[in-house]
Amino acid sequence: MAGSTVAHDDHDHKPKGFVRRWLYSTNHKDIGTLYLIFAIMAGIVGGLLSIAMRMELQEPGIQIFHGLAAMVYGFEGDSAIDGGKHMYNVFTTAHGLIMIFFMVMPALIGGFANWMVPIMIGAPDMAFPRMNNISFWLLPPAFILLLMSMFVEGPAGAYGTGGGWTIYPPLSTTGQPGPAMDFAILSLHIAGASSILGAINFITTIFNMRAPGMTLHKMPLFAWSVLITAFLLLLSLPVLAGGITMLLTDRNFGTAFFAPDAGGDPILFQHLFWFFGHPEVYILILPAFGIVSHIISTFSRKPVFGYLGMAYAMVAIGAVGFIVWAHHMYTVGLSLNTQRYFVFATMVIAVPTGVKIFSWIATMWGGSITFRTPMLWAIGFIFLFTVGGVTGVQLANAGLDRAMHDTYYVVAHFHYVLSLGAVFAIFAGWYYWFPKMTGYMYNPTVARIHFWVTFVGVNLVFFPQHFLGLAGMPRRYIDYPDAFAGWNAVSSYGSYISGVGVLIFLFGVWEAFAKKRIAGDNPWGEGATTLEWQLSSPPPYHQWEQLPRIK
Amino acid sequence: MKSTRDKTLGIVGSANGRIVLACSAFVISMVGVSYAAVPLYQLFCQVTGYGGTTQRVEQMSDTILDRTIKVRFDSNVAAGLPWKFKPVDREVEIRIGETVQIAYTAENLSQDSTYGQATFNVTPMSAGAYFNKIQCFCFTENELKPGETMNMPVVFFVDPAIVDDPDAKDVNTITLSYTFFPQEPQNPVAAAAKPEADSDTL
Repeated sequence: MAGSTVAHDDHDHKPKGFVRRWLYSTNHKDIGTLYLIFAIMAGIVGGLLSIAMRMELQEPGIQIFHGLAAMVYGFEGDSAIDGGKHMYNVFTTAHGLIMIFFMVMPALIGGFANWMVPIMIGAPDMAFPRMNNISFWLLPPAFILLLMSMFVEGPAGAYGTGGGWTIYPPLSTTGQPGPAMDFAILSLHIAGASSILGAINFITTIFNMRAPGMTLHKMPLFAWSVLITAFLLLLSLPVLAGGITMLLTDRNFGTAFFAPDAGGDPILFQHLFWFFGHPEVYILILPAFGIVSHIISTFSRKPVFGYLGMAYAMVAIGAVGFIVWAHHMYTVGLSLNTQRYFVFATMVIAVPTGVKIFSWIATMWGGSITFRTPMLWAIGFIFLFTVGGVTGVQLANAGLDRAMHDTYYVVAHFHYVLSLGAVFAIFAGWYYWFPKMTGYMYNPTVARIHFWVTFVGVNLVFFPQHFLGLAGMPRRYIDYPDAFAGWNAVSSYGSYISGVGVLIFLFGVWEAFAKKRIAGDNPWGEGATTLEWQLSSPPPYHQWEQLPRIK
Repeated sequence: MKSTRDKTLGIVGSANGRIVLACSAFVISMVGVSYAAVPLYQLFCQVTGYGGTTQRVEQMSDTILDRTIKVRFDSNVAAGLPWKFKPVDREVEIRIGETVQIAYTAENLSQDSTYGQATFNVTPMSAGAYFNKIQCFCFTENELKPGETMNMPVVFFVDPAIVDDPDAKDVNTITLSYTFFPQEPQNPVAAAAKPEADSDTL
């Protein structure tokens, strides 16, 4: 208990030395910073994988992956083509898993929530600081395991696991007997354990450590969103853990949960997976909702419209998110009545989501709006998330989905809600809290260029994929007929532009640290009302030694 | 000073402890639920015929309708089982509710005794719940000696309730499909020990 009772003078009790400060860190802000750095690094890896895929798909035929396979795995001649085809599938799989488990979740939950939730609710730190440390340090080994899986044998004579992030059996059991799949499964286990520990920590913190007067109904919406997300994690991740443990024992210990030759059923895995997988997409987007609510309110200089409605809309989304999973499985042969139910339940989610979208717009309505960079990202989020939401309502229909299933239309849909939705919210939060976290102001010009380049880039990537999907282009293939060439080229150009956007982002971060423009405690003015703006920038190593009182 | 701090820590600690305990119990029970899903799912499929799971019954139907339905037979052999396996008749047209016997034949093409277990399903899947099997080779493991050919009967009827089901009433062709998978022979020692154990318990 460093200095808990000793005299409180100016010194900030930071542990001395790099190892003690960062490796042994128990400070929620330091751990949050570690999470953010980790998310940026993983995001770059995941992004490079996606740009490689877009390079391949820029033209019909196989352009680069046979060369990549020859270079990385040492294939020769014709076997390089087969190796390249599998390598493409490995890239899609790794891209999905990395972006979900090692980019969006660490950024939103581990990064921003770790940093801001204790400050926003007036707590000195998380409830279990050491558990927080474990949560973070489980992630790098999980990430390394996933990267290693790309370099060990998957199917006979090829490397890595290429079954998509959904890892359906039998492709993930008898289809890829090599150890690559086992590496990936273990990686998911560890990342899942990290998230469950983090979720328990957040729930305990939010329930027990709110400042005097901070009732649940006065709590900032970001804290609400993290609380709901933590419950979703707690409910869904163990089911994934169970499902992939069954995969593991099916693969290695002769059980037959998903093996039809011994009485198992591969469809059961899909049910288990999507019982996790659907709440997982809400886990990715709910903290984004929370961040965007604060930013819209701050830069409209108005309290958020319909606070309670916003909070309980998130509760409703979280709850209904658990009973819609089979809309990912319309083509497995569900009975007509089952399909009717899942169509209806899925469409119901549009109601609380609509409540949120309209409340954001109502918050802006009549407000005194300033278009500073976080606001640009937040409005971009609302626009792009709504586009993804509209295609989501379309895909909710079983009849339509049978035609669209596993086409680029679905790819476009979930990238609009996640890649454009969640990622825009991450950047919104980044620019919103960057002055608070570092004490330095970003360069607004660079930040705006980053926004516009990314906005143009990602829309060029994903909007044409709607057309490709409607024209019937299936996902997860390295090649396609010439008829799809035009929009695929556009989509690929977009991905290069987005890649440039990432470079501008990194430059902006470097520039801010190089120039050291002092941001001040509250750079956003009177609209920024949550507790973090009452602290210095960056906040003291231990904040709220005098607990704030909330009226 | 120290005692008050300890006291506060104690209270906070126990409140935190309760939440951690509740959360952990929750996580563990969710893992349990995911495993419980395995038998529950099988039970669910058998009860509802979900996913084309056929029904196994002891009794024949007491009503036979005038309406007929076509039943087609499909056969597959999984890799690793050197069998030739096919239906004697490709299809039969039967009255709904009528109990019929059809047969498949299987021939062992190898020089060794091999064991197979058949799995089955019915398409369209909505008809699964109405396809009742009284006797089937798929209920047990089958052994074929080298070169042996075996006649494998199936006794079944289509439940007359099918005509009342809005999902299935328009079905006029049902396909019954079998896939034979290789099976390790049952351990003869265990098999021999079984009756003894029974007499012990009795």
